[in-house]
Amino acid sequence: MTSQRALAVSYRPERSRARRTLVPAWLSRTWRRPHGAFGLVVVSIVLLAAAVSLFWTPFPLLQANTDQGWLPPSPQHLLGTDQIGRDTFSWLLAGSRTTVLVAAAATALAAVIGILLGTVSASLAPRLAEPIVVLVDIVVAFPVLLIAMLLATTFGGSILVVWVAVGIGAGVNLARIVRSEITRINASDYILASRAAGTGSFSRLLQHVLPNVAPLLAVQLSVTAGVAILAESGLTFLGYGASTTEASWGRVLADAQKYISVAPASVIWPGIVIGLTVLAINLLGDAIGEALDPRLQSGGKTDGD
Amino acid sequence: MALYVLRRLGLFAVGLFITSIIVFVVLRVLPGDVAQVIGGIKATPEQVADIRVRYGLDQPLIVQYFDWFGGLLHGDLGRSLITNSPIQNELAEKLAVTLPLCVLGIVVAVVIGIPLGVYAALRHDTRFGQLVGYIAQAAAAVPVLWTGLLLILLVGKGVGLVSILPSQGFPLDGWAEPGKAIAALILPALTIGIVEGAALLRFTRSAVLDAMGQDYIRTAMSRGLTHTQAVLQHGVPNASLSVLSVIGLQIASLIGGTVVIETLFALPGLGSKLVTDVGNRDLISVQGTIVVLTALVLFIGLAIDIAHRVIDPRQRRVTS
Repeated sequence: MTSQRALAVSYRPERSRARRTLVPAWLSRTWRRPHGAFGLVVVSIVLLAAAVSLFWTPFPLLQANTDQGWLPPSPQHLLGTDQIGRDTFSWLLAGSRTTVLVAAAATALAAVIGILLGTVSASLAPRLAEPIVVLVDIVVAFPVLLIAMLLATTFGGSILVVWVAVGIGAGVNLARIVRSEITRINASDYILASRAAGTGSFSRLLQHVLPNVAPLLAVQLSVTAGVAILAESGLTFLGYGASTTEASWGRVLADAQKYISVAPASVIWPGIVIGLTVLAINLLGDAIGEALDPRLQSGGKTDGD
Repeated sequence: MALYVLRRLGLFAVGLFITSIIVFVVLRVLPGDVAQVIGGIKATPEQVADIRVRYGLDQPLIVQYFDWFGGLLHGDLGRSLITNSPIQNELAEKLAVTLPLCVLGIVVAVVIGIPLGVYAALRHDTRFGQLVGYIAQAAAAVPVLWTGLLLILLVGKGVGLVSILPSQGFPLDGWAEPGKAIAALILPALTIGIVEGAALLRFTRSAVLDAMGQDYIRTAMSRGLTHTQAVLQHGVPNASLSVLSVIGLQIASLIGGTVVIETLFALPGLGSKLVTDVGNRDLISVQGTIVVLTALVLFIGLAIDIAHRVIDPRQRRVTS
């Protein structure tokens, strides 16, 4: 019994140190992992780019200059120009705004749907939870792209459609994962211990259950942010995402695709920017997940993955 | 077991029913006049009224729904608002492109993903093993569109460095000349294979890594097997069950996910048909296509669940 009590204590995320320092403990632990540091740096650069582009881009976005089409990269046009002489670097810089917005909004929506449905369906009596579980299972069968096209048929395509489609699609997936994780946690010894100690069910949820779901949430939400960025590029290419005058990475890629036979090199940049960002977000999610995982804290060795 | 299958079939039927409601409702939440949309802006009031009667749009929504749902039950998806041909016929025709594409893509994904995934797990402590893992993670992080474009730039006819494979279109006479048809599918299938293969590789790697930590590997090694032998003979079969269900899920997601690839490579499949229909706001066609696709995904989910029960003896005991 003593060993189980010790286990119950060690499963609680450590909070004391976080209060005393400026940087939360999980963040500095994330930073100390190579993939976490890489993710933090790249994500910070993207956030910074989005902020900067609100005030400044090297060239006005819509300034066309047809006699300066397809200029190669130069000190003036860092990444060259497109078919009508618009500066590619400026478009990518401004596009980061759309990316940050879509990724953040879709992730937030998915988190709300996932945590709410997951927690509720795991906490209710089985008979009451069943309808939620069945409904979630059905919506999971709709691929994100199909949800987006369904919405686009009714409402027309826009960034909003990307946001809602990814939020719902990823949200129901998350609900499933959160539900099974909470069910697993509820069966563990430390929950039994806290139940025996008379903790109310709601404060038990906040104090013991959700902190233990947090590592998984970090990983899943980072995957969602990545999916949102990729979905934006796919849907914009299909004509249901960003409009032709809206700066987004998907827009730059879709435009470059049209002229692949004229200027093959121009498809390279948007792809690299998107790929690096998604990769960085995924790695950051993995690292935060490891940093938050109470089981990996007490000097436990991690496998690197 | 029989009880489980029955229950699962019941859930499948409920799933189909609710899916059809969701699709129907989402396509009609706008208060706008569907008949006006079909007729276009220039349609006269008489034409709009005529369309309304012809498509039964003057009926209450609930009647319209059950008309459509009744048709669904015996395989009648209605007629396209644009071409006026039966939607099930159009779907069947488009499947002749999409189905082979998905099958080829999954074959490529399995050929790439599983051996490399097992390798990356076995050699996870070497530089090269880690490199394989990193490459897979990067390949899964770029847009499908981009992967396709890079392949076109590499080997596509006309624009590629080595111009050998057709990168646009599908033979007009379909499968009359199988060689040509397959050639047209190679690049798109490779694109699917690389993207899905990268995901499969990562999953296989972690499933095998997981199995490697189990006691039965140590037991097998104590009987004189080398570590690699033990993993290949005992670890991989144990990991294969979850890998199989991931492949099933990938097939399911591909059914809707070929949209971008078919558009990029100009293939006349289900995906590009859906893009056209959405653009035309062909409600009847969109709702028919999406319901059929989602039904396929639900069906694959059903098949995976039942297969798990049959294959994995541990699961059978839990329910009974």
